[in-house]
Amino acid sequence: MELELRGITKRFPGVVANDDVNLTIRGGEVLALLGENGAGKSTLMNVLYGLYHADEGEILIDGVARRFASPRDAIAAGVGMVHQHFMLVPVFTVAENVVMGVEPTRFGALNIREARREVRAISKEYHLDVDPDAITETLPVGLQQRIEIIKVLFRNAEIVIFDEPTAVLTPQEIEAFFRIVESLRVAGKGIVFITHKLREALRIADRIVVLRRGRTVGEVLPADVDDRRLAEMMVGRPVELVVKKAEAHPGDPALTVTDLTVADADGRLLVDHVTFEVRAGEIVGVAGVQGNGQTELVEALVGLRRVESGEIALAGRNITHHSPRLRHEEGIAHIPEDRQRDGLVKDFTVFENIALTGYYDEPFSSGPVMHWGTAEREATRLVEEFDIRTPSIGTATGTLSGGNQQKVIVAREISRDVKLAIASQPTRGVDVGSIEYIHDRIVGLRDRGVGVLVVSTELDEVMALADRVLVMYGGRIVADLDRATTNVNEIGLYMAGATSAATREHAP
Amino acid sequence: MTDAGTPEPATGTARARPLQRLEHIDAKNTVLVPVLAVVSALVVGAIIVAATDIDRLQHGAFGGIATNILDAYKALFVGAFGSWTGISETLVFATPLLLTGLAVALSFRSGLFNIGATGQMLMGGMAAVWIGFTMNGPGIVQIPLAMLAGIAGGMVWGGMIGVLKARTGAHEVITTIMTNYIALALVTWMLKTTAFKQPGPSGNPISKAIANEAHLPKLLDFVRPGLRANIGFLVALAAAVGVWWLFRKSKLGFELRTVGANPDAARYAGMRIGTLTVVAMALSGGLAGLAGAVNILGTNRQMTTSFAGDIGFDAIAVALLGRNTSVGTVLAALLFGALEAGKTRMQLDADVPLDLVLVVRALIVLFIAAPLLTRMIWRIKAEGGGLGLSFRGWGS
Ligand SMILES: Nc1ncnc2c1ncn2[C@@H]1O[C@H](COP(=O)(O)OP(=O)(O)OP(=O)(O)O)[C@@H](O)[C@H]1O
Ligand SMILES: [Mg+2]
Repeated sequence: MELELRGITKRFPGVVANDDVNLTIRGGEVLALLGENGAGKSTLMNVLYGLYHADEGEILIDGVARRFASPRDAIAAGVGMVHQHFMLVPVFTVAENVVMGVEPTRFGALNIREARREVRAISKEYHLDVDPDAITETLPVGLQQRIEIIKVLFRNAEIVIFDEPTAVLTPQEIEAFFRIVESLRVAGKGIVFITHKLREALRIADRIVVLRRGRTVGEVLPADVDDRRLAEMMVGRPVELVVKKAEAHPGDPALTVTDLTVADADGRLLVDHVTFEVRAGEIVGVAGVQGNGQTELVEALVGLRRVESGEIALAGRNITHHSPRLRHEEGIAHIPEDRQRDGLVKDFTVFENIALTGYYDEPFSSGPVMHWGTAEREATRLVEEFDIRTPSIGTATGTLSGGNQQKVIVAREISRDVKLAIASQPTRGVDVGSIEYIHDRIVGLRDRGVGVLVVSTELDEVMALADRVLVMYGGRIVADLDRATTNVNEIGLYMAGATSAATREHAP
Repeated sequence: MTDAGTPEPATGTARARPLQRLEHIDAKNTVLVPVLAVVSALVVGAIIVAATDIDRLQHGAFGGIATNILDAYKALFVGAFGSWTGISETLVFATPLLLTGLAVALSFRSGLFNIGATGQMLMGGMAAVWIGFTMNGPGIVQIPLAMLAGIAGGMVWGGMIGVLKARTGAHEVITTIMTNYIALALVTWMLKTTAFKQPGPSGNPISKAIANEAHLPKLLDFVRPGLRANIGFLVALAAAVGVWWLFRKSKLGFELRTVGANPDAARYAGMRIGTLTVVAMALSGGLAGLAGAVNILGTNRQMTTSFAGDIGFDAIAVALLGRNTSVGTVLAALLFGALEAGKTRMQLDADVPLDLVLVVRALIVLFIAAPLLTRMIWRIKAEGGGLGLSFRGWGS
């Protein structure tokens, strides 16, 4: 099957998201779609999937023009999409989720046996390794994504679209995901793969298309380019892919965590007697596979989770039982891990979100009155500084592209004058150009004497930023390494649960 | 609102949208949808009148049916706005609807569903009537005092719901319904005690009447004495301005909006959700309590058990129709007030049962609560500036 997008233009109030875009997708081929935040990648795919209507242009399947009024039409024509936010019913089994909406019936009754057989067959054919009877909510993110893939295949998709599928996966899950993509390609499916990780595109794609400001600016073969060249095509200027930073000059402790323990409702330890220190003027990276207590550790540090025992001190002062607000006032900035849930109010304007954490005091308010003028000026400045692509500061934040939403949060949190900055996945979903800028700013914070804690499942990010690396495994800190003397292999071993002594022997 | 940009150019043919497209209502439709809901309700109401007009249907007098319906709506309009009496009555009916409508809208925007305006109004009315008959002027002191008492009564009754929710997690829909009954029982009992009961042999639970000094000044005395409209309506308008200020300009309003729109983000931003829940319910209850006070001081003069009627529930419809905005709530309350004021005239002139007004009101709620239905019927485009697409993820 060959699918062609011809002259697609899609406008939103104040922006042209796609401007006369041409694109061909062929069966048996992986097409990587790259581009800056707000370049129009997601919009283009949503047009292809029938979620948006193009203002101009047409979609041709094997040379015949088709009109997709809704995803139903797109699915019927063989186009499937795996969104980043899964649309699964948590309490359903895998099979139930897969057949939802297209249930095979027998004499009018749901034939779940048939569904399970199909799920098993698809799972086997593409090495998906999913149990049709597992309850969805008990599965890790990587497996939930596979349910979405099965859903798409169950509906006989020939073209499968993935919008930033690897952003929330662990490195291991990413490897497994690539194997799945490979078997889809072998089966003759056409695959569109959106990513901000250039090396992934170079590795998996047969062809790479780059969008900038709504237009196609280049189509290349992975063999002909490297990540520098790709970055330049995306951003339109050379990009430093390696953070430049001088030697750190750590000062007094900014954050001191002593014997900290956090438990869940059943008393299971999520953070298990953790002790560490972040000094002023130093970036400490926390590496670890998702789900090893990093989330809970950060929540405890910012006051969003009850501490079982132990102590947290900010610049020598005990803040273990201070409220989140008090910690904010005392000088902690926090970029939360889940921007969809915590970091933003999607219905609010950009300037309202810029005021979200600092609203309670000067300059955003005094007494009972908000100063929206100040928030607007501040937002205007940050939109400029962080290159946030938005039609205006009065635009509802939920309509910005994913990466630009993230930039709103980052801009708000790291432009403040603080003692300690805690950043969870600070550049998730952000393009290379903006990663460069955000990393620069984080290093800038460090050089001004701020203590920085960066939590990231992205080993590259930890290695790029950190002066010291902590590895978390099973709720404990299993290693405290100097960035200068460690390497990815050693960290990887600790992340997989190796103990200190064993690792020292095996590490090169 | 936010996306007042260039309107989305129309694409292709207009066709009803599949529900699957998870669309939202944008700024344009914030005005359009309520207006169309009202129009739809009037049309469907007319069809119901026609379909039940057995006599004329049997005689095939379809023309007669059409004129009858037009007559009915005309009479409704004339009854509400065609005379000073009509206008005065429209304002009188709109006043408590506006205040309670604001109460409900405030709770909605704070992420709470206050359906206890009835109970809060009763408690506010009790407090106000007590000040009303125990004191005897001067009005300049007694009237504000009685209003404050009304607000306080409603605040306590509503705030209690907030405390229950913040402390125990009890859902406010359940607790407000329960406390409506408790309020009614409490008022019935109090109205039989000597402290409140009207002197005389009657066993009915009716309170003493308030002092003349406590009567609210009339609004249209300059036209004709006896018109019931009073400054209560101005008080309600002032409350609408207050609510507007709260949400647009104040810190508290920003906090309430944040909690309402995304409690997780509110917690992350250091807001105290429990406290804000109590504050939101107390403010909401205060507005409903003020509605009770204004009713007592403006028109009722005495407390009875039936004094809140269905106002607390109509308030939900008013808030929904007004899209929870202050301006919208004012307009919606005036519309509902007009329906109430004009309905008797409609029955007299066009011989259409009063229930038509009830039907129209119910239909308005239906069309508002089902905006998708309204949009499909009228084929409104709502794609551009899309928000709330639940499928947007990291990659969007
Ligand atoms: N529903 C919408 N309403 C209004 N504007 C929108 C909407 N969706 C996207 N846009 C705008 O269209 C442009 C392209 O957005 P899109 O989401 O396609 O970018 P993207 O390339 O996917 O970026 P990212 O890498 O950050 O995910 C952005 O400027 C965005 O603000
Ligand atoms: Mg995107």
